[in-house]
Amino acid sequence: MLRDLLSRKRARIVEKWFDVILETYPEDTSKFLKKGKDPFANPVRHTILQGVEGVYDALLKEGQSPEALNDFLDKVIRIRAVQDFSPSQALAFVFSLKGVIREVLGKEIRENHLHDQLLLLETRIDALALRAFDVYMGCREEIYELRVSEVKRMREQALRLLERTDRVFQKRKEDEDAPSRDS
Amino acid sequence: MSSEELDIKPEDLLKFDYDPPKQDWMDPSVAFRKGTYCYSCAPKHLEYLEMANPREWQPHDKDWKLPENWKEIVFEGMRDRLSKYRSFQLFMDICVRCGACADKCHFFIGSGDPKNMPVLRAELLRSVYRNDFTAVGKILGKLAGGRELTEDVIKEWFYYFYQCTECRRCSVFCPYGIDTAEITMMARELLNLLGLNITWALEPAANCQRTGNHLGIQPHTFKDSLEFFQDEIEDITGVKVNLPISKKGADVLFVTPSGDYFADPGTFTLMGYMMLFHEIGLDYTWSPYASEGGNFGLFNSHELMKQLNAKIYAEAKRLGVKWILGGECGHMWRVVNQYMDTMNGPADFLEEPVSPITGTKFENAKSTKMVHIAEFTADLMKHNKVKLDPSRNDSLRVTFHDSCNPSRAMGLLEEPRHVLKSVCNHFYEMPENTIREQTYCCAGGAGLGTDENMEMRMRGGFPRGNALRHVQEKHDVNRLACVCAIDRATLIPLADYWAPGVVVTGVHELVGNALVMKGEKERELDMRGDPLNEMEGDEDV
Repeated sequence: MLRDLLSRKRARIVEKWFDVILETYPEDTSKFLKKGKDPFANPVRHTILQGVEGVYDALLKEGQSPEALNDFLDKVIRIRAVQDFSPSQALAFVFSLKGVIREVLGKEIRENHLHDQLLLLETRIDALALRAFDVYMGCREEIYELRVSEVKRMREQALRLLERTDRVFQKRKEDEDAPSRDS
Repeated sequence: MSSEELDIKPEDLLKFDYDPPKQDWMDPSVAFRKGTYCYSCAPKHLEYLEMANPREWQPHDKDWKLPENWKEIVFEGMRDRLSKYRSFQLFMDICVRCGACADKCHFFIGSGDPKNMPVLRAELLRSVYRNDFTAVGKILGKLAGGRELTEDVIKEWFYYFYQCTECRRCSVFCPYGIDTAEITMMARELLNLLGLNITWALEPAANCQRTGNHLGIQPHTFKDSLEFFQDEIEDITGVKVNLPISKKGADVLFVTPSGDYFADPGTFTLMGYMMLFHEIGLDYTWSPYASEGGNFGLFNSHELMKQLNAKIYAEAKRLGVKWILGGECGHMWRVVNQYMDTMNGPADFLEEPVSPITGTKFENAKSTKMVHIAEFTADLMKHNKVKLDPSRNDSLRVTFHDSCNPSRAMGLLEEPRHVLKSVCNHFYEMPENTIREQTYCCAGGAGLGTDENMEMRMRGGFPRGNALRHVQEKHDVNRLACVCAIDRATLIPLADYWAPGVVVTGVHELVGNALVMKGEKERELDMRGDPLNEMEGDEDV
């Protein structure tokens, strides 16, 4: 069974997949991402690693909820969606899992005639990629929304200031008018 | 039809190169992708400030319309600054590229762009210095790490030096004590000589010069705003607080960032100040001419920084106050604590600050005569001079973001924490290497807190967002407190993107919630006008 192989070689596959992702950064950066293990000093490494481990495990599990899968994808994609990547560069990591699996398990797959199961797995990875598009777009939309909200906040404050001035002005006018009404 | 019959093979369509470009750091070319840089400042503001080369241009334009003799201007500017500032000369010469700073910048950590490593960012300027100002560079050029000054280098400087928030986290780790923010400051001064600046850093400075605050709010509107908050406080507490404006001979002049009376959530913090001052009977005054704590001159040039800072002291002198109390502001404290004394000081026409309530002498403000509100309030609380009901903040689970400048430029670490712990029952720290002197920046300081570079802000904001997310998951933190007006604006989208659900707050907003005032009505509302102790996100039923 391919599933057993994937479970047995989990550590190797995840490590290689993670390395492939780190290689998408410039050399000096990938060196830094590989070495620092502190989750707060090196949050990109920590979060991406959490994400790929989660995605990998979710991929193998039957009946995994789509929300959980999206949460793990989000960990990786939320970061890459704001870094200096084109959309395809940001998401290529999903497809690179296929290459990693073929590389690590190629021999066993051939020897045990598991190609049919590999095709099925790759279909799942394709579905994962579609899901990744949604997550990516969601993150990008959030960025645009944050921009709009920031501008709206500024506008709202300015309008409030005008309104406030107007209210104070009206009140002052009423106060000024008041004595003449009394008399 | 087989694929061979087509000119394009299917695999050609799928040719993607995912390898990062192999770019030598000496190559200055930069792609100005929208979302990653700030827009230029409108010429009218440059004209107002009598700054060089006012014109219409944008960083994504091919032609930046530099003055004809731009190279000469930059070299002359460097020469002038190297002779004037020993620190600049030292910072250019002393770095041994040990790399201690390399992985400490929030922009590098979040973006992965090597030119955001502080050492490399500084090297962008240093390589030109080496090439044209050192003997070895003049002879060996590139071999000695020298680079020729070209228009591309100028564009690269613009891109990276307006991508540094001057937060100085990297400086904490430098064994030579290089103040990397000062390198950015020098680079920005040189860029300004060519008319290369950004709206968000320069327009507020021009406004401040003209009206006394970044937003260009005029005296009558300033007064109206404060009166509005006076009414709001009365609605919430039943107490009409006093509101002294331009009061000659008051003990204390109070100066705070304009964000506090213009933008939420700063406004809630401002109400907290007003209530506190009223309650302790402080003899103080506001001033429309010193209606700005922030100093965006710092982000442009030393001349502008000096002018804007001088206004506060001139107003203190005019009003005849004894000393100055400063509100929750970030970089104001860098200016006051590290530059004021040699720029505009000594302020010997003022008295050494002493709290009229507790008698505490603020020794550290002996020379500048300006005290931070967190220190003032912490002192009141330490001496039990105010009555507090921290349970009014019980629905809030609070963490504290040390703002870069108060923490690193003046060592204000314990005072805001003392205040928070006095007014809240649920306080949780973020991880140690993300707070205090090692605090991560909001990624919107130094004039970068604008919307057009939101993507860049989110990159740089990730280290802070990650630590925030951690305490949100671990302790259900729902409030992020800070003592800086820029933070109060820029941390909002940061939290929305990286730790959605966490609300940003000023420290004195929480003081306002907890403060028990003489003659107050039974408090039902918090500073935001929401029912007290309603959990965040609760809907009306």
